[in-house]
Amino acid sequence: MEHQLTTSVSSDAAGRRALIGDTKPRRKKVRKSLDDEADRGVLSEHERRRGGVRASMTGVHVVLFVGLVVAGLGPILWLAKAAVTPTQDTLQHPFELWPNGIDWANLSTAWNDVHIDQYFVNTLVIAAGSWLFQVLVATTAGYALSVLKPKYAPILNMAVLATMFIPAVVLLVPLYLTILHPPVIGTSLLNTYWAVWLPAAANAFNILLVKRFFDNLPREVFEAAKTDGAGPFRVFWSIVLPMSRPILGVVSVFAIIAAWKDFLWPLLVLPDPAVQPLSVRLPAVQSQTELDVFLAALAISTIIPVALFLIFQRLFLRSAGLGGAVKG
Amino acid sequence: MTVTDHPPVVRDALPPEPPASVAPRRRRKRNPATWVRGGGLSNLIFLAPMLIVFTVFSWSPIVQSVIMSFQKTNLVQPATWVGLDNFERVLSDPNLGTAIVNTLYFAFLALLFGFPIPLFLAVLMSEVKRGKGLYSALAYMPVVIPPVVAVLLWKVFYDASPNGVFNTMLGWVGIPPQPWLQSAATAMPSLVIEATWAAAGGSIIIYLAALISVPPELYDAAEVDGAGIWRKVWHVTLPQLRGVLFIMLILQIIATSQVFLEPYLFTGGGPNNATLTILLLIYRYAFQNSLGGDYGEATALSLMLAIFLGLMSWAYFKLTERWSTN
Repeated sequence: MEHQLTTSVSSDAAGRRALIGDTKPRRKKVRKSLDDEADRGVLSEHERRRGGVRASMTGVHVVLFVGLVVAGLGPILWLAKAAVTPTQDTLQHPFELWPNGIDWANLSTAWNDVHIDQYFVNTLVIAAGSWLFQVLVATTAGYALSVLKPKYAPILNMAVLATMFIPAVVLLVPLYLTILHPPVIGTSLLNTYWAVWLPAAANAFNILLVKRFFDNLPREVFEAAKTDGAGPFRVFWSIVLPMSRPILGVVSVFAIIAAWKDFLWPLLVLPDPAVQPLSVRLPAVQSQTELDVFLAALAISTIIPVALFLIFQRLFLRSAGLGGAVKG
Repeated sequence: MTVTDHPPVVRDALPPEPPASVAPRRRRKRNPATWVRGGGLSNLIFLAPMLIVFTVFSWSPIVQSVIMSFQKTNLVQPATWVGLDNFERVLSDPNLGTAIVNTLYFAFLALLFGFPIPLFLAVLMSEVKRGKGLYSALAYMPVVIPPVVAVLLWKVFYDASPNGVFNTMLGWVGIPPQPWLQSAATAMPSLVIEATWAAAGGSIIIYLAALISVPPELYDAAEVDGAGIWRKVWHVTLPQLRGVLFIMLILQIIATSQVFLEPYLFTGGGPNNATLTILLLIYRYAFQNSLGGDYGEATALSLMLAIFLGLMSWAYFKLTERWSTN
């Protein structure tokens, strides 16, 4: 399942499918757009030098920059400020900088008394497990379908791709019942992390990405390794995996961000508060938490995704241009 | 000398001899040992993780959802076949009309805000010569904030008191305080504004990528023909983006028709069902029913929604096919 049951105006199985057609060339172009300038855009060099155009371009720059800072950075900065502001100041003077002093204790209250620490760890565990299973399934399946290519590979390929045409909402109820009564094991997976990890691993988009990447690796390398006596496992571990770092980065970003964001699915399969992630706990604790402490909790929950984005900016933006779909 | 040693032209002229005539093919006997030696076992080992998770968590739930929509299931009693009962009950539910209208309204507003704004910003950003990376990063920032955090934060922003964040900002320009989420009339637009803010960054990045691939020669040619800046945007840039614009349109329709998080967390479908969407209704059927989940009704409704979405995708493929052949 696509694991994107929390549909904001964002990603979706069908969405990803629509953009795969041109994944390969687009990835290169996006990188180019980030690293260096295109030859030219709408404006010619000549037009850029004209006085009127020049003045209005400066105006556009200023408006664009201020607008992007206000809309992109503003809410985060406000949240950071509000996280260490007493409730009454936030309510009465939302735009004043600490008229009655800074309240650092909000952060520790949220971390310790609201148990954000525990939910934080739960979220990390969910993200790590989802990442592990998604990478495991995507690389092994991609390798089998692209490099080993058994006779029945095209059929499997079709069966995997077909799932991308099914909107996630169709799976909601039957998947929930599968978690309640899984086959073979005979015991419910409710309140275990397997219920989040395993469905997340059934991600056709990952397999498609990895398979396409493997399709473009030079066959000669595999042939040479085979003549040197390397078996399929050796080729996978020592040749294919080391060569596929770029695509593993993309899959990892998708997997970790999706796990951090997911709301509806963990809400359904993890009803026990002790195992719930931040996304599920935050709305639940809102009513019993004072506003300043709650805002501190929101701020703490935002730190990791924002930090990951700042560190791996290029990878994020490249993935965004690539998938298009994982806009969230 | 073998066939492949010929120069290319000769090789094209002479079809290679079939290998069967060189060495008569022997049919290998199929038995477990040759199967393992031929790599059959290692193929299966590599495929096993995918086969297991897809069978259990993707393929079989898809089939089950079709079966369940014709059954009555509540987990207490064994499932019984009820024909089209679930569909009939869903279609006669007075809330369904409300949910469809609300979802269409959300989709309409989301297109109104969420389609031109990112496109406009992307075109402007693509003309920025220096610091494009910074601009992209700023635009993408809201996408990085976890959606639940974003919604809960905006709920604080939407505080209806005159001292609320947005009402204070409106006060700066002399607009009276708005009720935002509290009133049936403003609740849905409020949801859409947040959703647009949260998703615009992703669209901008995609448009930027598409703008890079507009061939510069087209602009040169337009200039030779005497086109000004706006005519270049209108006659070169936008037609060149037609494909990606259409993809984004379909994507947005598909995404907005499954909107759940915003109505669920902002308003719970209120006030007075003004933000009840189809997915929220499915959720209520299955998981918020005091009499135990009505899974049959929930799957029936999601199947109908899926068929609609399938038709959308089909129309999308047909249209793009026609465009590409023209």
